[in-house]
Amino acid sequence: MSKIFEELTREAVNTPKIPCREFINAKLGLVKLNEEKQKYADELSTIYRRESGIFDCQIALCKGTGCHSSGESALYNKIDEILRAKGIREKVNIVETGCRGFCEMGPLVEIFPQNVFYCKVKPEHIEDIINKTVIKNEIIHELLFDGVQIAEEIPFYKKQVRRVLKESGHINPENINDSIVHGSYQGFMNATRMTPEEVIEMMKASGLRGRGGGGFSTGLKWQFTRATDSAKKYIICNADEGDPGAFMDRSLLEGDPHKIIEGMMIAGYSIGADEGYIYVRAEYPLAIHRLEVAIAQCTEFGILGKNILGTGFDFTIKIKQGAGAFVCGEETALISSIEGKRGMPTVKPPFPSTSGLFGKPTSINNVETLANVPLIMNNGIEWFKEVGTTKSPGTKVFAMTGKIRNTGLVEVPMGITLREIVFEIGGGVKDGRKFKAAQIGGPSGGCLTEEHLDMPIDYDSLQAAGAMVGSGGLVILDDKTCMVETARYFMSFTQSESCGKCIPCREGTGRMLEIMERIVIGKGTMDDVDLLSELAQTIKFASLCGLGKTAPNPVLSTLKYFREEYLAHIVDKRCPAGECDALKTYMIVPELCKGCSKCARVCPVQAITGEIKKTYIIDQEKCIKCGACYEACPFNAITVG
Amino acid sequence: MTTQYMEINNKKVEITGKEKNILEVARGMGIEIPTFCYHSELSVYGACRMCMVEDEKGNLIASCSLKPQAGMKIKTHSKKIMNTRRMILELLLANHHQECTTCVKSGDCVLQKLAMDMGVKKVRFKPRKPWQDLDTSSASIVRDPNKCILCGDCVRMCSEIQGVGVLGFINRGPDINVVPAFGKLISDVDCVNCGQCVSICPTGALTIKDDTLEVWDALLDPTKKVIFQIAPAVRVAIGEEFHHTEGENYLYKSVAAIKMMGADYVFDTSFSADLTVVEEASEFLNRVIKGEKLPQFTSCCPGWVTYAEENCPDLINNLSSCKSPQQMFGAVFKKFFAKQMNISLEDMYVVSVMPCTAKKFEAKRPEMSTDGYQDVDAVITTVELARMIRKMGIKFEELKPASLDMPFGFSSGAGVIFGTSGGVAEAALRYAVEKLTNETLDDVNFTEVRGLDGLKEATFNVAGHEIKLAVVSGLANTQRLIEKIRNKEVEYHLIEVMACPGGCIGGGGQPVPNTAAARVKRSKGLYSIDATSTVKKSQNNPTIEKLYAEWLKTPNSDEAHYALHTHYGHKRRIGGMEIADAAEGTTEKVIISVCVGTNCYLKGSYDVLQELIALAKKHGVEDKVEFKGTFCLENCSNGPSIKVSDDLHKYGVKKEETEKFFTNVVLPRIK
Repeated sequence: MSKIFEELTREAVNTPKIPCREFINAKLGLVKLNEEKQKYADELSTIYRRESGIFDCQIALCKGTGCHSSGESALYNKIDEILRAKGIREKVNIVETGCRGFCEMGPLVEIFPQNVFYCKVKPEHIEDIINKTVIKNEIIHELLFDGVQIAEEIPFYKKQVRRVLKESGHINPENINDSIVHGSYQGFMNATRMTPEEVIEMMKASGLRGRGGGGFSTGLKWQFTRATDSAKKYIICNADEGDPGAFMDRSLLEGDPHKIIEGMMIAGYSIGADEGYIYVRAEYPLAIHRLEVAIAQCTEFGILGKNILGTGFDFTIKIKQGAGAFVCGEETALISSIEGKRGMPTVKPPFPSTSGLFGKPTSINNVETLANVPLIMNNGIEWFKEVGTTKSPGTKVFAMTGKIRNTGLVEVPMGITLREIVFEIGGGVKDGRKFKAAQIGGPSGGCLTEEHLDMPIDYDSLQAAGAMVGSGGLVILDDKTCMVETARYFMSFTQSESCGKCIPCREGTGRMLEIMERIVIGKGTMDDVDLLSELAQTIKFASLCGLGKTAPNPVLSTLKYFREEYLAHIVDKRCPAGECDALKTYMIVPELCKGCSKCARVCPVQAITGEIKKTYIIDQEKCIKCGACYEACPFNAITVG
Repeated sequence: MTTQYMEINNKKVEITGKEKNILEVARGMGIEIPTFCYHSELSVYGACRMCMVEDEKGNLIASCSLKPQAGMKIKTHSKKIMNTRRMILELLLANHHQECTTCVKSGDCVLQKLAMDMGVKKVRFKPRKPWQDLDTSSASIVRDPNKCILCGDCVRMCSEIQGVGVLGFINRGPDINVVPAFGKLISDVDCVNCGQCVSICPTGALTIKDDTLEVWDALLDPTKKVIFQIAPAVRVAIGEEFHHTEGENYLYKSVAAIKMMGADYVFDTSFSADLTVVEEASEFLNRVIKGEKLPQFTSCCPGWVTYAEENCPDLINNLSSCKSPQQMFGAVFKKFFAKQMNISLEDMYVVSVMPCTAKKFEAKRPEMSTDGYQDVDAVITTVELARMIRKMGIKFEELKPASLDMPFGFSSGAGVIFGTSGGVAEAALRYAVEKLTNETLDDVNFTEVRGLDGLKEATFNVAGHEIKLAVVSGLANTQRLIEKIRNKEVEYHLIEVMACPGGCIGGGGQPVPNTAAARVKRSKGLYSIDATSTVKKSQNNPTIEKLYAEWLKTPNSDEAHYALHTHYGHKRRIGGMEIADAAEGTTEKVIISVCVGTNCYLKGSYDVLQELIALAKKHGVEDKVEFKGTFCLENCSNGPSIKVSDDLHKYGVKKEETEKFFTNVVLPRIK
């Protein structure tokens, strides 16, 4: 034992600065070890796993963007300060992790070995947490979510199947050791023991489909790229996440960057590429930082570079920051952007698999797709297919936002019902209101209504319902949300994000928006509804790229499921959800009005008249629906309808 | 191998695998598929979506980028497609400044034609683009953004074929626009005025600057002696404006028409082309003998000359100093003929009819003048002449041909083939070979340099001299060739450059469509005129002989140099406006301009600027100096370049030298 310990002090100093190659090699099973050495390596890794064993306690702080902006960094400083004051700093390990997913309840703090999950932690709680939980193993009940102590027991996590997000929120994303101990790069090593063709066959057999929205078979995509003869090929990770309200890719990159790097390496190995690009939005500074750290550490460890870990495979990764144009998520526009050109899509064919980046065969895969790759290589096809449906195996990460109780990042098996996501994981609609619809797939997607609550969520059934998985944005809408206004919002998004290249998208989306803008202020006509459909058909069929082809979806799907809301706006000049400002009617309830004249005084257009101590009246012709009277009335005598 | 077939509109068609796309296959079958952005010479852009076809599954696919495959079944005019096309046109028209009746493009406008053909009867959308001012800054081209349909044809033409890249897209979505660099005017950027953008523009967004009104004024002014010259390439193209086929010679009908309009004399630019041959070939022989300034580049194309002045300062001395035939003609008339005929320069009005838009710019160059009068007063293009003929009410088809005036109406075949790529080189060879061998040249046909390939090369051994020739047309081709010359990969003695593909026959002032097929026919037309001409060598043109005898003495004489040669200078590519004021300024200040052009910026000029501002503050003189960032100061090799007041600091200022520079150069000026 003493011998091992001696060895350990010498060999196990395995930091990014002083990497221990033997340790990594041993971990990755690369070096053929004799029995004795194998035992030794196992010991090492076991001890390394218990690295925190020298600590009495580990406090994991979620540093995902949500928690970070809710004040996580103040917590870190406070914990550090108090621990030092108490003289127990060296006994406690503080880890800042990537997104834990439960953003609504952030900042999140998880403490081990006590295994306690605290929500909405504020700096003033820290003293208590350290005194009670860290030192005395007592649980502070008011910081628990609904009184549940262990994260995985909370309904939000219980129904989830966290595979790609498994390590996110648990490991320190800026320490490669942590990732390696949790199994990173073993999938890559498994892949290098197979031929590239075998890897591709395995991907095909796994049934993994592109998680970026299209749902195209990842294995096939690689096969096409592999089949093109070229000395130089590229693999691109598409991290240009642009849907409003979507943050799956960002969280993954922030929480577990090595999974994506490993996925890219496996992809590179199978298609024959020695260079990869990660195209990530410049608006994701933390994700970029963590990728940079991860790439630097990989390079130091010999996991990226020439002859990686003795396999003979060369691979490097560059980060390309995008300027935030939504259209650059489209693969040909993304390629143009990396090449330094204007981010405009080009015609397909040629497909990137034959002529992509700098004219070379290129495979472009989404972040989540790539994160699934090492898992498949590690755990096998059968394991991958254990969850999900036959045609859409595996899991999907959704960013759940909108009128939902538990906003956050969820990973669910494909084929789960919307009801389970919304009511079990999401905790139901906010403020106990009625569920109206879920907007899925962002500006390219459509909406699902109550009738779809029990429909399985997978690529094909969503498509049949006129929506799409998309990249994974899921916005929950309640009965106070106007569907026409929602569709107008997405239309305004796509029309301003259109690159302007092809006529249907550039001109058509603008015209659709124009009509939607008319309808929400009550100036639409029935002809407009027909014109909307006509325009939608042209844009859908004739646009050059995916942005245009899917741009009419929000309008088409709301027209299909909520036609009566359109008609209410057009015929009755009324917004049933009461959301559209221009269609609001402010009325004074005579029974409640005390005749104080406050409303009349604040009205900017003198639309309210009356005598003191008698009921005031609003002249609807003059009213500009500004709501000033509503805000001013001390007796809540003004209603909005 | 068995023959493979596909089906278009239920008709079987054989495919070999060599077809470019479905669009070309359909056109080959006689089915016209409409398009705005597809041109076989340009890259496939796929933006207009007019060429959509329907496959068996009902998907619409752009036929410009779809390769034919065996077994494919395609419909080109299904209901879905026709509805889509109509909607696209309706959307375009809604944002298009529809003033068809007064639009110069009316009749040739693709948008107008397709809207009519597709039955767009009503536009259900209101215009929503704010009015944008027209750009009339250029001598050659007018840009009307209100008529632009953003098909990108001009952008690709300018960058892919011409390698100039003056136009580009800015903004996105509904705000997208095509503009010159930095949103400047065309005249402030490196446009060479070739007019190829005009040729390819499907609408009236890019048009030729119309100079016909000025010409009418002169024609209708009884005090003016109006002298016309017609360039060779005009005669084989003007017929197209009157529904005749490309390549037919309509010179003599044109002469008759111009005479009907009231011109006093109509002469031939081919005559001055003969003069150019004698001057340019003599210059070339001199250079060969002396072994200097080789290769010699021809200088008759003003688009190329501007390009060289802007982009090839290292090769300026290699340009022939000869003026172009248009300007030689002007010089002969203003400097010689005027005196001989006793016409005052004030009353003499020289009009050129050119296939070229850049000639309009060339005629306005200040060095192309005599005693304050431009040698050429007005330049109209082939299409403008046709417009004048129509305005005059002349029935061109029924017109009786008339002959050119003498003596400047006589030209050799060599002067005529100037109008096509390779023609100048061949004409020069007909002269040079005879001079070098001192023998009469019998076979005048140098077919090696003929044809419309972008680059042609030939080597001739003449009397112990090896002459290596290159003939290039299209500025992108030229750019590639120049790179090779700079890298010493290739070596030539004489290089003929024409800015437009195929030479002048494909000029920006020619009738549309100015396609490759049209160029082939026009070129053939010129060679057949040469074949039937009585005199085939410039030196045998009796008018030329007479001109030397009476005035110019010998080729390249002092007299010839004074009248027929010119000089070139390095031109900046972007108009030199200051782009940023770093501090507020009054008049008494020392102005320090720091170049933030690409080169200097990369060398750290921005840091130098910041450093200088900091130093000014440190020395408490910030109110006495004014800092400006400027575009290229053309001192790139020594950058970062700095100008103090009007003096360029020749050796540049590096970041570490900033303090020294400030104390030694800037401070003394303040005190």
